Amino acid sequence: MIVCEHVSCTYGNAPVLSDVYFNINRGEFVGIVGPSGSGKTTLIKAIIGAQPVAHGSITIASQLTIGYVPQVETVDWYFPVTVEEVIVMTRAKTKLWPRITSQERTEVREVLEKLGIADVAHRHIRELSGGQQQRVFLARAMFCQPDILVLDEPTSGVDVRTRHEILHLLADLHQDGLTILLTTHDLNGLAAHLPRLVCLNKTVIADGNPREVLTSKVLEATYGAPMEVLEHGGMPLVVDHGRVAMRGEGK
Amino acid sequence: MIIALDIFEPYGFQFFRNGLVVATIAGALCGLLGVFVILRGMSYIGHGLSHAVFGGAAASAVIKVNYFLGAGIWGVVSGLLIARVARRRVIGADAAIGVVTTASFALGLALMNRYGQASKSIEAVLFGSVLGVKVADIYAVALVALLGLAVVILGYRKLLFSTFDRDVAQVSNVRVSLVEAVLLAMISLTILVTMRVIGTLLISALLVIPAASARMTTNSFSRLLWISPIIGAVTCFVGMNLSYHLDTSASATIILLDAFVFVVVYAIAGTRNRAKMASLGHL
Repeated sequence: MIVCEHVSCTYGNAPVLSDVYFNINRGEFVGIVGPSGSGKTTLIKAIIGAQPVAHGSITIASQLTIGYVPQVETVDWYFPVTVEEVIVMTRAKTKLWPRITSQERTEVREVLEKLGIADVAHRHIRELSGGQQQRVFLARAMFCQPDILVLDEPTSGVDVRTRHEILHLLADLHQDGLTILLTTHDLNGLAAHLPRLVCLNKTVIADGNPREVLTSKVLEATYGAPMEVLEHGGMPLVVDHGRVAMRGEGK
Repeated sequence: MIIALDIFEPYGFQFFRNGLVVATIAGALCGLLGVFVILRGMSYIGHGLSHAVFGGAAASAVIKVNYFLGAGIWGVVSGLLIARVARRRVIGADAAIGVVTTASFALGLALMNRYGQASKSIEAVLFGSVLGVKVADIYAVALVALLGLAVVILGYRKLLFSTFDRDVAQVSNVRVSLVEAVLLAMISLTILVTMRVIGTLLISALLVIPAASARMTTNSFSRLLWISPIIGAVTCFVGMNLSYHLDTSASATIILLDAFVFVVVYAIAGTRNRAKMASLGHL
């Protein structure tokens, strides 16, 4: 449903992505991994149409609705809006009347219930926990009944429990037939659990299931640092070698 | 009885009644648009535009062109110049605004020094002149206020979405650049129709202070759109009256009153709400 061919993006004169080939089919659950500055967010923004493509093309199936969940860190949490107002925002294009209709209220309630946060509709966005914040923006993306959900770093800055919750929630949505694309820097906590991974550093270095992709060779090429992959409970576990000798260590 | 008579004394003057109407509508209008100005971090743009338009006002007076036409074109050209200069990433939009608008302001001053009539003092431009209010000014301000109200009501959802989350609004097919252009055009129109009456300095203050005060009283965007225009209108109305009795400049009195309201709200809102202001760090 999304095909990227020969995609390059630049910021000024600096290339951020070059010659990216990559596609997503309906029903897939894909994670993009790579170091900071590798172009993960840029690729996602190019796909949703918020970043111009310098070369190449991104073909998106017609009538495709994309639900986008931005990085939690980029949200202005002091902005004066309630959860309900945030979720209804996605209808901005079609609705002229400012007031939220009772029909919309019911729909907001339904989507919040589905995500297990039915009681927060009238709260200000500042008054939410980390997991709730992530779910509210997930709810906003779900509100327009998307064909594909695109999430930028859904687990950055959240604790272990919240990360599990988000992962389970996404797995459930995927189970229900939703296509999901996300970026992450969390190799063990998130990426290793996904059915398909794309390693990105300016260009696609590897693409496949975690068992094929999470190898020392691929990871070293992606991160430019030595990494080792162990096996733990039937899952690949990435360990980096960035060992620094601290003063007083071992005493 | 004497006090009661005193209060209504200025209402005997046509110029005062006209000035009061214009100032009150301008206060409400600036309060309404000010909400977007502070939430989008545009306060410097309002400040800059009002100074830039001043150059156009002076130039159109010198070459005897209609004020609205001359200052209007000048405002648009300044806006385009700012956008052009800001495209050089090393300079940045705030510095671009600083360069273009202060240059425009200085040019206006120089033109007035060289060719202006002696009766038009710099003070009248900076602080406005209630004496100069004509009936046409009332119509112009009222028309822009109605237009502003219509834009905010009909564009409410798009304005809210693109202010809160520009990228996602764009992905959701909201024409963000159009929304921003309309908002900027509304702010420019407001400056254009009120500058002669309430002055360059008051406009920039009115675009920021009532909205910032209102922001500390509520966490709701829709309520903010009520509270801010009310603060703007009331302070302008009371300020105009006070200025007559205290024999002070109308603009200075209104700004001081707005600042006073801000300080009172700030003190009452206390430490908990002060956190909200963290997001308005640019003010």
